[in-house]
Amino acid sequence: MIAKKDLEHMAWLSRLELSDNDKEKYTPKLNSVLDYFGELDRVDTEGVEPTYHVLALSNVFREDEVNMPGKSLTQDEALSNAPKKQDGFFKAPRMM
Amino acid sequence: MASINELRERIHSGSSEEIVAEYLEKIESSRLNAFITIARESALSRAREIDSNGHDGALAGIPVAIKDNISTAGLLTTCASKILAGYIPPYDAHVIERLKDAGAVIIGKTNMDEFAMGTSTETSFYGATRNPWDLERVPGGSSGGSAAAVAGGEAPLSLGSDTGGSVRCPASFCGVVGLKPTYGVISRYGLISYANSLEQIGPFAANVRDVTALFDVIAGYDARDSTSVKKDVNYSSALKNDVRGLKIGVPGEYFGEGTDETVEKAVWDAIHTLEDLGASWKEVAMPHTKYALAAYYIIAMSEASSNLARFDGMRYGLRTEDSDWHTTFSQVRAAGFGDEVKRRILLGTYALSAGYHDKYYLKALKVRTLIKQDFERAFKDVDVLITPTMPYPAFRLGEKIGDPLSLYLADVDTVPINLAGVPSVSVPCGFSERLPIGMQIIGKHFDEATILRTAYTFEENTDFHTRQPEGF
Amino acid sequence: MFDEPNKNNPPFSKGSSKYENPDSVMIGLEVHVQLNKLKTKVFCGCTTDYHNDPPNSHVCPVCLGLPGALPVINKRAVEAAIKVGLALNCKIEEHTQFYRKNYYYPDLPKGFQITQYDFPISSGGYITIEGEDGEHRVGITRAHMEEDPGRLVHEGTIDKSKYTLIDYNRSGMALLEVVSEPDLRSPKEARRYLDKLRNILEYLDVFDGNLEGALRVDANISIMGGQRAEIKNISSHKGAERALLYEIVRQKNVLRRGGIVVLETRHFDEAREITMSMRSKEEAHDYRYFPEPDLVPLKISGWAPAIKETLPELPDARRMRFVEQYGITDDHAKALTSELKLAIFYEDVAKKADPKTAAVWICDVLKGELNYRVLTIDSFRKEHMLSVIGLLASKKITEDGAVDIIRTLLDKGGSPDEIVAEKGLLKVEGDIVSTAVDEAIKENPQAVADYRAGKEKALNSLVGAVMKKTKGRADARAAREVLMGKLG
Repeated sequence: MIAKKDLEHMAWLSRLELSDNDKEKYTPKLNSVLDYFGELDRVDTEGVEPTYHVLALSNVFREDEVNMPGKSLTQDEALSNAPKKQDGFFKAPRMM
Repeated sequence: MASINELRERIHSGSSEEIVAEYLEKIESSRLNAFITIARESALSRAREIDSNGHDGALAGIPVAIKDNISTAGLLTTCASKILAGYIPPYDAHVIERLKDAGAVIIGKTNMDEFAMGTSTETSFYGATRNPWDLERVPGGSSGGSAAAVAGGEAPLSLGSDTGGSVRCPASFCGVVGLKPTYGVISRYGLISYANSLEQIGPFAANVRDVTALFDVIAGYDARDSTSVKKDVNYSSALKNDVRGLKIGVPGEYFGEGTDETVEKAVWDAIHTLEDLGASWKEVAMPHTKYALAAYYIIAMSEASSNLARFDGMRYGLRTEDSDWHTTFSQVRAAGFGDEVKRRILLGTYALSAGYHDKYYLKALKVRTLIKQDFERAFKDVDVLITPTMPYPAFRLGEKIGDPLSLYLADVDTVPINLAGVPSVSVPCGFSERLPIGMQIIGKHFDEATILRTAYTFEENTDFHTRQPEGF
Repeated sequence: MFDEPNKNNPPFSKGSSKYENPDSVMIGLEVHVQLNKLKTKVFCGCTTDYHNDPPNSHVCPVCLGLPGALPVINKRAVEAAIKVGLALNCKIEEHTQFYRKNYYYPDLPKGFQITQYDFPISSGGYITIEGEDGEHRVGITRAHMEEDPGRLVHEGTIDKSKYTLIDYNRSGMALLEVVSEPDLRSPKEARRYLDKLRNILEYLDVFDGNLEGALRVDANISIMGGQRAEIKNISSHKGAERALLYEIVRQKNVLRRGGIVVLETRHFDEAREITMSMRSKEEAHDYRYFPEPDLVPLKISGWAPAIKETLPELPDARRMRFVEQYGITDDHAKALTSELKLAIFYEDVAKKADPKTAAVWICDVLKGELNYRVLTIDSFRKEHMLSVIGLLASKKITEDGAVDIIRTLLDKGGSPDEIVAEKGLLKVEGDIVSTAVDEAIKENPQAVADYRAGKEKALNSLVGAVMKKTKGRADARAAREVLMGKLG
């Protein structure tokens, strides 16, 4: 079961500002899902390897060639969606 | 609904522009809300270009609708989220390049559950899409717009994406054909990730032949996707009206509690139809099926929590008023994501966090192995598996949206397929009153040819796919 | 959540116990090395040649983290990583893969960094450094691959700046993070470790240390068995030494006042040469590592034998060869191999001149003159060294003259022959020396008398007088002999 302070920690780790109302609303819903996830405790997975990739692919590479396999963007294209920019840079808020 | 062949003839005798204009008008006067963006200008100009210059591509001049989580250069791509408001990708997804090379005309971007997280297309920031068979019902999700567009005659072809059933569910609810290919067959380059290890782009059409034609265009190796596989197959040439000797497996676990009787009956009738056509069937056991849903959601949410971390309002998308960077980041996301997306990010963060990683994330991946082994075992004896696509027909708008868990449970028959990475196609196989029912045909890795042949044979010998919703 | 990464170290000697380490200083370094000799970034086709270009002009959907873009591994980056791993005596892992490290900073366009966690590409190696009390090994825990974040520009300092500007040209550059064991016992050793590491990397031709941001260091330091502090943002070898010196004093002061050193991350302010605590809410890290689903595992240990064949001769091996092949002293060989360019310079000269003379003149004279001027060996031509040595060998100039030529070449340029002509540095011999000796004897009767009375030292002042008269162009030894002959 997650308590309000767990939820607040997850919200911070996820960088999601939650209102008090959100917290109240979410907690029971998240807990019912987590309860359901708990079903997996009943599966015996002793000695079972996890499947990270469903296909057994390995050693996939690209050659060290410029613009291969994808092309670079121009500075204008790169910045075309930036909500704020300055002198060719993306502009973010102050750090502290 | 016009098939590709019929459209080709009309383009030949008339023009692509004429056809594109017809579809655009239909979209613009629609009550379905299947589209987020209508590409009127670019579609018409592309159609005119093809009309005047000619094009020998497989889809020359034919309109295609694209799910709004697939990047289209110069065309708004939002994932149905406020956080991507105004985002115009500077590049095309691999499938879009393929479509353009084949002469297809992109007519618009379709509605979906926000970031493909849903089973009903109700979580879209742009409002819910409606089911053409009953406007008070959901079209399924998350690719609800793409399925509804085809069912409603607003596009002959469309693309969706399927992470845990997001192509097959709406195909089933809307009475169209939808394919989830083997993991790796279609490049994910340009598909905005929800859960990378599970998802594939998939085609929709009104019939198996057209779905296959579209699949032939978009499948194939792409050096920009490390999980892309080199296979050179022409699937259309595998379409034969013949299932003699085909061995069908029927897993009882997929007909369990909660499966609507009408659905169960329709799917069994379909299996018997295939039997009459020369196939045989037997029951197979897939004992870990009941754990698939929990494993699926844990993996999907974990990956999603990381995939969606890039939406911070710095390079694209929504930006709220600046404070310090970390606070701004949190506020942008609070304002930009909807409730379901937030819940999944929070749960995914939890499942990966210190102290819970092994209990949830790692455990789910081990269960994934067991599920994959269920399929491997079953496919030693049979060529395809047949199950219902969805346990019930389309539900009412608003019916489940307030209870996330009940909505998750709707994916019970589709998610195991993504966990195993195998291909699966949903085809119409009956009706429950006026609502379509979908049958799911599942194949071995890279054996799309067999499931498509099975679906095609079924379709050639039944008429469910020819029925159309009233008024469309 | 996870076990700590595997730490299987080879045994290594800690040197003798002569070195006193009263504060029990333990330093471990995490060095981020940019594999900047690759043509492209680690996961995309953007060029690595961005250093003089406008911001955000060498980016693509992948390194800009645009939605839907996917990474693909640069094969040569993997080869370079294996090369470095082998040179650091590491084991190349059978199975290696990439993970996502989830944290947030504006230089990180995806909200996670693709790095390695379990199964790094190489681990368990060492390098040998000149410690405070002789040579000893420093363990290399692991050397793993990762992507570089972008570059942030603040207006003034990070804590005062009203906004943050981001340039992603650097984003996605291939990095190798070389993590050492806490085997370093002083800031000076830390600096020597960095010098040695950089030297090895340059020998391997995977790295150009002169480019901005090529090598960045995080340092872990503890004293008296206390908690360690991690110091971030160190961008030079000198900076590392300064940061660590500061940190030792700081930790000692904390202890002296009865406090305890807490486990924390500190930021090195390069301008003020102090470290500052970065403790804040964002410190509550939980990186939630998990395997990168968009990249597949690597099984590349089979490449190691072939790559090993192609490894160039490394500094330690070259040093030994220099001693054997050229008969020079170990000190000279060590100095000459401490920098790849210097070693090449020496060897080219030694092939055409006496190797011992070359070693003496390059190590003892040229290197000092370069250091004094903060210049590198690039500022001096091999041909010039050869002519200087040639002039000396044919006794046309004196040693003082040779030093003068080297200094002039560095300060004003020109060629040795021109300088000799211009400054009249040709050694004087025969009659001129003989005349000068005669004059010196005549002008210094007292010294002459002293010498004849058995005071050997008196001869020195007579030699000095000869040298003065010839403006240093006489050979001192020859002058002495002539003097002795004439004084009988």
